[in-house]
Amino acid sequence: MLLARLTEANGAPGQEGDVRDIIRAEVEPHVHEIKTDALGNLIAVKNPDAPGPRVMLAAHMDEVALMIVGIESNGFLKFRPIGGVDPRVLVAKSVLVGAKKVPGVIGSKPIHLQKPPERERAFTMQELLIDIGAKSKEEAEGLVKLGEIAYFTTKYEEFGNGKVKAKALDDRVGCALAIRLLQEEVSFPLIAAFTVQEEVGLRGAGVAAYQVKPDLAIVLEGTTASDVPGTDEHKHATTVGAGPCITVMDRVSIPHPPLVRELFSLAEEEGIKVQVRRNTAGGTDAGQIQLSEEGVKVATIAVPCRYIHSPASVMSKEDFEGAYKLVKSYLKRLQEREASK
Amino acid sequence: MEIKQVLRTLSEASGVSGYEHNLAATVQASCPWADEIKSDKLGNLIMLKKGTGAEPRPKVMLAGHMDEIGLIITKIEKEGFLRFSTIGGFDQRVLLAQEVVVHGKEPLIGVIGAKPPHIQAPGEQSKAVKMEDLFIDVGFDSEDEAAKAVRVGDLVTLKRDVVDLQGSFMAGKSFDDRAGVAAILECFKTLAGMSHTADVYGVATVQEEVGLRGAVTSAYGIVPDLGIAIDVGFGDSPGLPESDTIKLGKGPGIAIGPHVHPKVHERMIETAKEWNIGYSLDPSPHPGGTDTYAIQVARAGAATILLSIPLRYMHTPIETISYDDVKQTGRLMALFIAGLDHEFVEGLTCF
Repeated sequence: MLLARLTEANGAPGQEGDVRDIIRAEVEPHVHEIKTDALGNLIAVKNPDAPGPRVMLAAHMDEVALMIVGIESNGFLKFRPIGGVDPRVLVAKSVLVGAKKVPGVIGSKPIHLQKPPERERAFTMQELLIDIGAKSKEEAEGLVKLGEIAYFTTKYEEFGNGKVKAKALDDRVGCALAIRLLQEEVSFPLIAAFTVQEEVGLRGAGVAAYQVKPDLAIVLEGTTASDVPGTDEHKHATTVGAGPCITVMDRVSIPHPPLVRELFSLAEEEGIKVQVRRNTAGGTDAGQIQLSEEGVKVATIAVPCRYIHSPASVMSKEDFEGAYKLVKSYLKRLQEREASK
Repeated sequence: MEIKQVLRTLSEASGVSGYEHNLAATVQASCPWADEIKSDKLGNLIMLKKGTGAEPRPKVMLAGHMDEIGLIITKIEKEGFLRFSTIGGFDQRVLLAQEVVVHGKEPLIGVIGAKPPHIQAPGEQSKAVKMEDLFIDVGFDSEDEAAKAVRVGDLVTLKRDVVDLQGSFMAGKSFDDRAGVAAILECFKTLAGMSHTADVYGVATVQEEVGLRGAVTSAYGIVPDLGIAIDVGFGDSPGLPESDTIKLGKGPGIAIGPHVHPKVHERMIETAKEWNIGYSLDPSPHPGGTDTYAIQVARAGAATILLSIPLRYMHTPIETISYDDVKQTGRLMALFIAGLDHEFVEGLTCF
C-alpha cells in the first residue's frame, strides 16, 4: 500500500532520497516530464506546453528526525532534533540510525532510582542518549557517523474505526494525495512539486515554485488535530473524521479568498464533508509559494492528524479520501472551465 | 530453541500481574526437560526436574517472575478515548507516544496521547505530562463504539518488538523478569546433560510486581531447602553511579546481603570461579524487593540467594539486556546445583 510504503520510508530534511525514489517510480508513468533541482525537489509535470492555467500541487517529502551530533566515550550517541520535536515523546522509543540502519533505543533512568520530584520534570534533549549496544566510542564510530540521522521505527497499521497509525503522516499524506491526483486526465499543465526541507523553514517550496511558475497552487498537508481529552473544543484546531481541512489563515499565509470560497462551495455541491482549520498557528509551503515571483494564488488542503511530530500519528482514511475527492473535483471543474472557453 | 529466540518469544508475549495464564503456556511449551509440570491456585508454573540422590532429596527452588507491569482501563471518554491507571511502577514520562495493546474482547492497538504541544502554554514542555492527562487512542469515534470492544478493567500492555542491538544486547519490554524465566529454562537445559542429587523446582512466578505474591504460595507448596531467585538488576547506564549498577555482558550479579545465605553465596562464587563464569558482586542492603525475600521467610525459612541479570532502563518498553548474561546465569545455576549434596544442604541450618 502506497501510504504504508511512504510513511515507513525515511526522509529527514535534506535527506529525502528514499522517499523521492518511491515517488519518482510511482509518478513516472503518468507525467510527461520529471526533474530534480539543486535542493532535491522532485518536480513532475503533466502537459508542460499545453494552454490553460499552470496548476501546481505541492507536498513535502521531509519529516522531523534526530541528527547524531556526538559519540560519547561509552559508545552512547548524542542527538539533536531536525525540525520541531518535543523531547517528551522520545523517551523509551526505538530508532534506526544512519546509513547502516543500526538499531538503537532512547533510554532513561529507572523509576526505582528516581526521587519523586524528578518525575514531574520532563527529560531535556540534552540528557537523552541513544543506546546502540556499542561498548566503546571506537565501536560506535565504526557503525555511525556524526551528522547521520536517527528515525522512528513505527509501522503503518490500520485500527479502530477507519484510522491509520504511522510515523511521518506529516506530510506523506500530501505526497500520497499528489501521486494519485497526477493520474487525473486534464488538458492544462498540472505540476506536482514534492518539496524538501519544509520542516526546517519551507526551503524547498520557494525554489520549486520559481521553476514551476504556477498560476495557482494547492498545498497538500497533514495538519495538527487537537480533538483529544484535555483540550477545550474551541482549541481543537481540526477534528479527525470531520473531513479535510481548508486553511483560511495560518502563520505564513492567507490563502487566496476567492479560491477558498470556491473550495467550500464546491465541497457543498459535491457532498464532500470539509472543515475549516480553526487555528492560525503553523505554516506550510504555501507561505513560500505565494511569494514566488510576482505572487501566486494559493490554497492549503490538509488531512487532520493527531500527535504529529511524534513517533506515532493518527489519521482517518475517510479524511484522506475526502481530501482526494475535493482536489479531484476542483481539477475537474477547471477542466470544464477550460473546455467551455 | 536458542536463548535469543526464547527471550524474544517471552518478551513479546503479554502477561500483566494476575493475568499471566497465556504466558504460562508459552513457558511450558519452551521446557521439554521437566519430569513434571503443574500450576498452583495463583497460577505459578512449577516445573520439576528430579535429581538422582537418595531420598529424601534436597529441594532447590528457582524463581523468576513472569508477570509484567501494565495498565488497566478506568474510563471510556465520550469521544471514545480510554483513561487508564497502572499496574506496577511506571515513570509517567515513558508512556507518552507509546504504542499499546488493549486486551479487550479482541486485542486492539492503540497510541498513548496527550494534548499536543502547540497549544500548550510556554514552559509546559519542561514539565512532565501527568499520568492523569494521558489517554489511549484506539481509533474509535464515540463511547458507544469503544464500549462494544473494551470494558473498564481491561488490561493494557506496551506493544514492542524486540530490537537486536550490537553484540549480545537486546532491547524490549518485560525482560524484567522474563530474562529470569529464560535463565531457569537455560538451567534446565544444561542440567539435562548432567547428573544432580537435588530435585530442582523451576518456578515462573506470578504477581511479583505487585508484592511477591506468587513466590509466597509456591515456596509454601514446594518447601525448598534452598531458593535461588533470578531477577534483573540495574545495568550500567549514563547518569547512574557505578556503585548502584552492574555491568551488562559481564555475567550475573551475585547478591550479598541479609537475604543471601552466607554459605550459598560462598559456594556460588566458588562455582563461578571454578568454571570461569563472569559475575559481578552485587551488594544488596535492601532485602525486600524480589522473590528472594518471599522464599526466605516461607514456612520455617529457607537458605536463599539472588542472582541479578543486568538490565538497563528498567520498567520501560526498551529494557536492555545481554542474552549472554542470561545464558551464563542459567549455566552458573546448573553447575551450582550439580555440585550440591545432602551434606552441604544439611549444613545450611547449622550456624
